[in-house]
Amino acid sequence: MTGALGIYNYWIYVLLMMIGLYGVIAKPNLIKQAIALGLFQTGIFLYYISMAVIDGGTAPVWTTILDGAQKYEGPYDNPLPHVLILTAIVVSVSVLAVALALIINIKRTYGTIEYDELEAMDQADKRADYQRGQVVDAADDVEHRLEGHHHA
Amino acid sequence: MLDAFEVVPNLPVLVVTTPLIGGILTIAMGRGKGPWAWATLITGLVFYFTVLLMQQVLAAKTGYISYELGNWPRQWGIEYRVDALNAFILLTVAGVSFVTTLYAQKSVEKEIPQDRHNFFYAVWVLAVCGLLGITVTGDAFNVYVLLEISSLTVYALIAMGKDMNRQALTASLRYLILGSVGASFILLGIGYLMMVTGTLNMEDMHDRLAALPDIVHHRTVLVAFAFLLVGLGMKMALFPLHMWLPKAYTYAPSAVSALLSATATKVGIYMAFRFLFTIFGVGFSFVAMPASVVLSVAACAGILVTGVTAVRQTNLKRMLAYSSVGQLGYIVAGFALANVHGVAGSVIHIFNHAVMKGGMFMAAGAIMYRLGRCDLRAIRGLGKRMPLTMAAFVAGGLGLVGFPLTAGFISKWYLVQGALEAPHMWPVAAVVLVGSLLAVAYTWRVVEAAYFQEPEGESALVTEAPLSMVAPMWILIGASVYFGVSATFTGEISMRAAKSLLGGAP
Repeated sequence: MTGALGIYNYWIYVLLMMIGLYGVIAKPNLIKQAIALGLFQTGIFLYYISMAVIDGGTAPVWTTILDGAQKYEGPYDNPLPHVLILTAIVVSVSVLAVALALIINIKRTYGTIEYDELEAMDQADKRADYQRGQVVDAADDVEHRLEGHHHA
Repeated sequence: MLDAFEVVPNLPVLVVTTPLIGGILTIAMGRGKGPWAWATLITGLVFYFTVLLMQQVLAAKTGYISYELGNWPRQWGIEYRVDALNAFILLTVAGVSFVTTLYAQKSVEKEIPQDRHNFFYAVWVLAVCGLLGITVTGDAFNVYVLLEISSLTVYALIAMGKDMNRQALTASLRYLILGSVGASFILLGIGYLMMVTGTLNMEDMHDRLAALPDIVHHRTVLVAFAFLLVGLGMKMALFPLHMWLPKAYTYAPSAVSALLSATATKVGIYMAFRFLFTIFGVGFSFVAMPASVVLSVAACAGILVTGVTAVRQTNLKRMLAYSSVGQLGYIVAGFALANVHGVAGSVIHIFNHAVMKGGMFMAAGAIMYRLGRCDLRAIRGLGKRMPLTMAAFVAGGLGLVGFPLTAGFISKWYLVQGALEAPHMWPVAAVVLVGSLLAVAYTWRVVEAAYFQEPEGESALVTEAPLSMVAPMWILIGASVYFGVSATFTGEISMRAAKSLLGGAP
């Protein structure tokens, strides 16, 4: 295959990345966000590995050392991107581990892992924090009004 | 003694390996003051190394030191390359980390449960390791790996604030997701660059990119540039990609806020220097590509919007966080000018802002230590009760304003000069001045509450924060005043760094 279809690896990489990005943005469930993030990064791994391929290339292993037969003179695929991605996979697993640890903590503290509900709680906390910190006695007014309301 | 261990020839790598190994060993330091003492020792040692490194760089005839890891030639191995710019950033990061570690002891005792102190300091030292690593390396992929080391540890550090406020958790997760997407964009950008140049060494990348016949229309290079610009913008909290920052800085433990504000985003800016200037080169990034316009518009919008937002905050840490985004805007606007004074102003402001904002976050942390909160209501009348802390805060605030005899004045002097020298860039100078007025406004709100109002409740009974917090705070604030009065060292170094970035004489 030639042309744009011949490099279908790259289409798949873009597709995976976009699915991941969509999930990160659009999914309210934090676990789904973490999975989407993983997908996003996997797309990039595929990109690096595809980049290493050379037409007619093979795994960069020195065959004389393995079986004593005649040395294969190449071409070899580029091993460097593979090595880089090995590191990047470790990184992405660590990111996932930290993300899940945080999500567990969030579930314990907030009782939910839905982004919308968390955001609503945080906004309420933030507003309370803001009012508590005001120098002008707006906060007092609110308290008085609340008290008055209770008395009435 | 130093020679026996061959420290001096191996300084560039020791800056990274010392905190890497030291950080892991911190876990074994028990439950008492051990972890803190160990972390202080490690960061102190690293600071000493960066001072030696700075001396070496200044003495080097070529203007830089090149260090090949494991003696592998740089085509195959990783090269650490230190010139005036990284030496200066290394010195800043290591110095502020050391002082912040000194400060952390009391603050952490109060804010984080005792049984997690060893893990806290382990992650703390590893974060410093990652930040220093990004700064010292001359290898693009190494940047990504160390970036992730620093990011992962920073997520953990922010989340440690959960015992003070549960929002630390959501703040940390939000930063994790945005930060990982940003770092992935950087990884992709590096991948595209490698595709074109076949190397990961920054200098080699630059040479091979420069040799390309029609680089402006080379689609792979353009894609790399776009990905890197967005990824870096996320990491350095460039407006409007700063959304993760205010919440993270507000709810992180106080010592962590001080450390991050002074180091983390600064290292992001340093990465931008390396990618935009060293790899792509000024001609491509700022002449052929519209990076100048994009970055300066984003930075100026950031200065104005976050300035106004900062004025409206009541929580001191949140106010400082918004102000940090604005101050990062100054730094970005400076190098977006792409002339000597602009870039030098940018470099010098990295240092000046690190010491000023670090000191101010420390002051907020000291109030937090005494009162358990740090909002405008709590600080009423504290000018009398905690005079040293409040004075430090106000001195730092004057620096943000750019008051003469503070470090901020020097930065803005360079920035305005750069903006007026560049063609059609005078609006940047105007924005810098308006931004200063906004800084006056939010600093004044603190002054008014602390000095012109009567304390009430708990605030009337507090005493000054302990010496172990006040002393580090004043070391940073003192540095900001000292380098505001005598800017010879910082000025010369940043001019030298700017000239070498712009491709003139080193």
